[in-house]
Amino acid sequence: MKTFEIDRDVMEIAGRYQKAKEYLLPILQELVGKKGYLTEKIIRDVAKEMNISPNEVYGVATFYSFIKTKPTGKYVIRICQTIGCDLAGKDELIKALEKELRVKCSGTTDDMMFTLEKTNCIGMCDQGPAMLINDEVYARMDSKKAVELVKEYKAKENS
Amino acid sequence: MQRSRLLSPICEYTELLNRAFSYQPQAIVELIKDSGLRGRGGAGFPTGLKWDFTAKAEGKKKYVICNADEGEPGTFKDRVLLLESTDKLIQGMTIAGYAVGSNYGIIYLRAEYKWMLNDLMNKTDEMKNRGYLGKNILGKDFDFDIEFRLNAGAYVCGEETALIESLEGKRGEARNKPPYPAQEGYLGYPTVINNVETFCNVPYIICHGAEEFKKFGTDKSCGTKLFSISGDCEAPGVYELDLGSKVQDMLDLVGSRNTKAVQIGGAGGATASEKDFDKPICYEGYPPGGSIMIFNKSRNMVHVLRNFMEFFEEESCGQCTPCREGTKRLTDAVIRIDRGEKLNDEEMKTLLELAEVMKITSKCGLGQTAANPFVYIYENFREDF
Amino acid sequence: MQTATETMLNIKINGKELQAKQGETILDVAKRNNIHIPTLCYHDDLCLSGICRVCAVDVEGQRLLQTACNTPVIPEMVVNTNSQRVRKARKMILELLLSEHVGECTTCKRNLNCELQELASLYGIEEVRFKKPEEKRFPIEENSPIVRDNDKCILCRRCVRVCEEIQEVEAITPVGRGKETSIGCLYDLTLDETVCVFCGQCINRCPTGALTEKDATKDVWRAIEDPAKHVVVQTAPAIRAALAEEFDVPPGERVTGKMTAALKMLGFDTVFDTDFTADLTIIEEGTELLTRLKKALVDKSDVSIPMFTSCSPGWINYIEHHYPDLLSNLSTCKSPQQMFGALIKTYYAQKKGLDPDSIVSVSVMPCTAKKYEADRPEMTDSGYKDVDYVLTTRELARMIKQAGLDLMEIEDAEFDAPMGISTGAGVIFGATGGVMEAAIRTAYELVTGREVPFENLDIKPVRGMDGIRAASVTITDPSPEWSFLDGAEVKVAVAHTLSNARKLMDEVREGKSPYHFIEVMACPGGCLGGGGQPIPTAPDIRKKRAQAIYTEDDCLALRKSHENPAVKQLYEEFLGEPNGHKSHELLHTHYTEKSNW
Repeated sequence: MKTFEIDRDVMEIAGRYQKAKEYLLPILQELVGKKGYLTEKIIRDVAKEMNISPNEVYGVATFYSFIKTKPTGKYVIRICQTIGCDLAGKDELIKALEKELRVKCSGTTDDMMFTLEKTNCIGMCDQGPAMLINDEVYARMDSKKAVELVKEYKAKENS
Repeated sequence: MQRSRLLSPICEYTELLNRAFSYQPQAIVELIKDSGLRGRGGAGFPTGLKWDFTAKAEGKKKYVICNADEGEPGTFKDRVLLLESTDKLIQGMTIAGYAVGSNYGIIYLRAEYKWMLNDLMNKTDEMKNRGYLGKNILGKDFDFDIEFRLNAGAYVCGEETALIESLEGKRGEARNKPPYPAQEGYLGYPTVINNVETFCNVPYIICHGAEEFKKFGTDKSCGTKLFSISGDCEAPGVYELDLGSKVQDMLDLVGSRNTKAVQIGGAGGATASEKDFDKPICYEGYPPGGSIMIFNKSRNMVHVLRNFMEFFEEESCGQCTPCREGTKRLTDAVIRIDRGEKLNDEEMKTLLELAEVMKITSKCGLGQTAANPFVYIYENFREDF
Repeated sequence: MQTATETMLNIKINGKELQAKQGETILDVAKRNNIHIPTLCYHDDLCLSGICRVCAVDVEGQRLLQTACNTPVIPEMVVNTNSQRVRKARKMILELLLSEHVGECTTCKRNLNCELQELASLYGIEEVRFKKPEEKRFPIEENSPIVRDNDKCILCRRCVRVCEEIQEVEAITPVGRGKETSIGCLYDLTLDETVCVFCGQCINRCPTGALTEKDATKDVWRAIEDPAKHVVVQTAPAIRAALAEEFDVPPGERVTGKMTAALKMLGFDTVFDTDFTADLTIIEEGTELLTRLKKALVDKSDVSIPMFTSCSPGWINYIEHHYPDLLSNLSTCKSPQQMFGALIKTYYAQKKGLDPDSIVSVSVMPCTAKKYEADRPEMTDSGYKDVDYVLTTRELARMIKQAGLDLMEIEDAEFDAPMGISTGAGVIFGATGGVMEAAIRTAYELVTGREVPFENLDIKPVRGMDGIRAASVTITDPSPEWSFLDGAEVKVAVAHTLSNARKLMDEVREGKSPYHFIEVMACPGGCLGGGGQPIPTAPDIRKKRAQAIYTEDDCLALRKSHENPAVKQLYEEFLGEPNGHKSHELLHTHYTEKSNW
């Protein structure tokens, strides 16, 4: 039998959830949190650990937009594109960040640090335009604030 | 007029729970039934009836699930409740557990609100430490605990059976009904699923009784309701108002002038134009999901429609034909219109027919309502087309 | 599946008062009363899905239409399956599906046997009001016996459900969300990179041409047309019980003679019957079983019991992927197809004085996994590729139609000798339980010198369509050579579909299996329900095919493999003895572990 070394994080995280099928989503979420995105190897390892088919894991993973199965930056910047934030100026925000990060929306910076993308309503319609950077929410943004914020993240990384 | 039943303290925690525990579980179910409380997520199913079904269903275990997957465009009232009325939510869920015979609560929180997860967990830990959650609550022979679970960016999981699928580690695709969650829900066990706001109404009813609760609202839409008001106005935010309040009341309240359109009940709700502003928002009127989005006269409603349609197209789960293909076809058409193309009458007729078919044949609420903005905006703002 | 209890209730469909059982769906009641409601995602073999929405009907008092396939009837329900809004909705849904269904009907293998096409015509879709994509969106995947063209997929998920529910293989799954949803494998792997066993059950469930078998007809035509080639064809037992369905004959019609005649008219030089090597398999496999039992009971040596049959290539692929630890339990016998292939280019070539290099060996199989099996690198013991081309039943039907033959009007013909001579035991290989029945008929007689103690040789306990069936035979008064079996109760089991096989395999793995011999067929009903058989398939269709097969057995003079004179002759002239040196060289094989994901 071909022996695979199961990823340690997969073992630890799946183990913590007793490898129970109903915890597949939190397991994948933790793995995305830890690794940024899921590789084929990770998907296969999760399936092996949980004794389910890797197809099933992949089918679930690709259903949810916050579970990444393609290379993704360490920080995912999600700009709310839904009407409230749209009318409040999300387009300028995106333009400013595209310029600052030198990446097109839905793309990832070459250093794999930032992925810039649009997302649907994040529940900050009264304070738009709003965005998420990983799990943090930033409301009442404007281009200047957004660029400064990203600079802070960059600085944090560089220090 | 603004109210403050939900957004202010009701009574002391111990007193509330003791009062609840002084009832037999079935008596609580009856009380909730009497109050006329209906689901605050938008669909408006009578809460007491839901609890009754679950209470009477056979099951080794039962679950009480809080749907905190608030994802409807323009809705953020649960955000405020989760942050500011956490204890009411926990109380409501605990009382639901007591009433239906469940010891397990789950709060299904949208991934976009993960930033508040730590605070919420600290709060439940605190409740546990104070004996309000966990084993033998307040010395009673009743255990109830709450676990947090996160969605991962899929609006459709706000649909209760899709939510359950998601909780079970599957793709969030709506189930066939029957069976309903009250009979076979999470992991096959009888399950109550209610919106955050629905649970938050329970403590008030326990404290003040059904009659007091019914004093506000209309005959069929009892109580107050939180409205998330946003868009072109001076004071966007969350407001607690009587069910049955008129659109104009809200516009006045938040300082909206020059109003062209109001989107009521989310992207899949209704679009009111000036002639409709005197109509009420309640279960028998405009849909009371709680989202009120205001657009002033400078806004092009086709642009708004495009935004809504793109939302549904992206968020359709993709399992049933009318929703998967229909949202795509409507979106394609609206994009063409938004780009200035003029569609001929024949094409518009086809699209309206498609909208009707989506409404009557889609498997879940998403597809059934996704075409609503198309129909409303086309009917009420034809000049923008 | 819903379980219907016997409480009766009254409902009305289209104004007609009807009786319904509690627990039935609107569709169940409609079908029973010959009221046609269109369906696409619904399939008799599969769990309800309720996703295509084409079966939506009007129910009085309901604002929304209800899907007939999954809406249970309630007392006094009033249903209208033909209201204006139902017709409009149906038409719209079909148009939506057609707008995403990219491909030319005229060049599609499923042309004239496509459920979408049929409904489109039935509901008068004269134009599709939505623009179709101008270009193909998906590449056609054709590096395995199963060809996938996702552009024709309408996302009914019947393939996914058969793979998951009936086979428990889960080689394909819905991927992505919303309009991006497609049926596929993780990270766009192709089927040959997954645990797909190529059983082809997905093809049989596909309502359109999104899933088809890899075509071999062109290669076969080329061989037939090459005068330098001697083209030999063998046909599996399940073909004759189903081929007529491709010619609009109701299921259950046997066309052995017509099929043989058609093959000759197509230009095959020699037409043989795989039943011949089915009989041969029984001799080899029966001997192997008895040898294993002897080793276990007398020599007390380490030998794997229960022994598993090895005729079904889908099953072989499955065990190689999922139970590699049990490979030593598999009989080493090649499948009848491959035994045949090895003999054609050796025994038959010698006998006929033909250069094996000039022989093209073709098989007609009810199976897509047979295509994979024929291509296995180890299947070259004759010194050549033992079986050059494998045609499915459907492909043979296409060739017959291309040749302008009307199958049902052809005069019967006989198989050629010697490898066209067979017994009823060979025929029943086509049905689940058939190999077991044939084996018991022979082994019992071999050991005791008497016929099996079942009326008319029909071993009923192993017949039927239950997923797993068990039987036992007690050996009394054996011949001296087999005295160690005196009083022994030989326990056997039969499983069809891989989900049922899995149950038996788990028992074996846990050391809890009470059996000595287990027959496994990958497909529901056995080969007669194979992935290469006519479409559609359903439980009642498979039952009728089984009846046809058992009737053929019943009609034959010879019904025990060891009585096949041509097989006896083969041993005398060529092989020597069962499980002998030559047999091992040509008729037996080995298995290789495959990755379990």
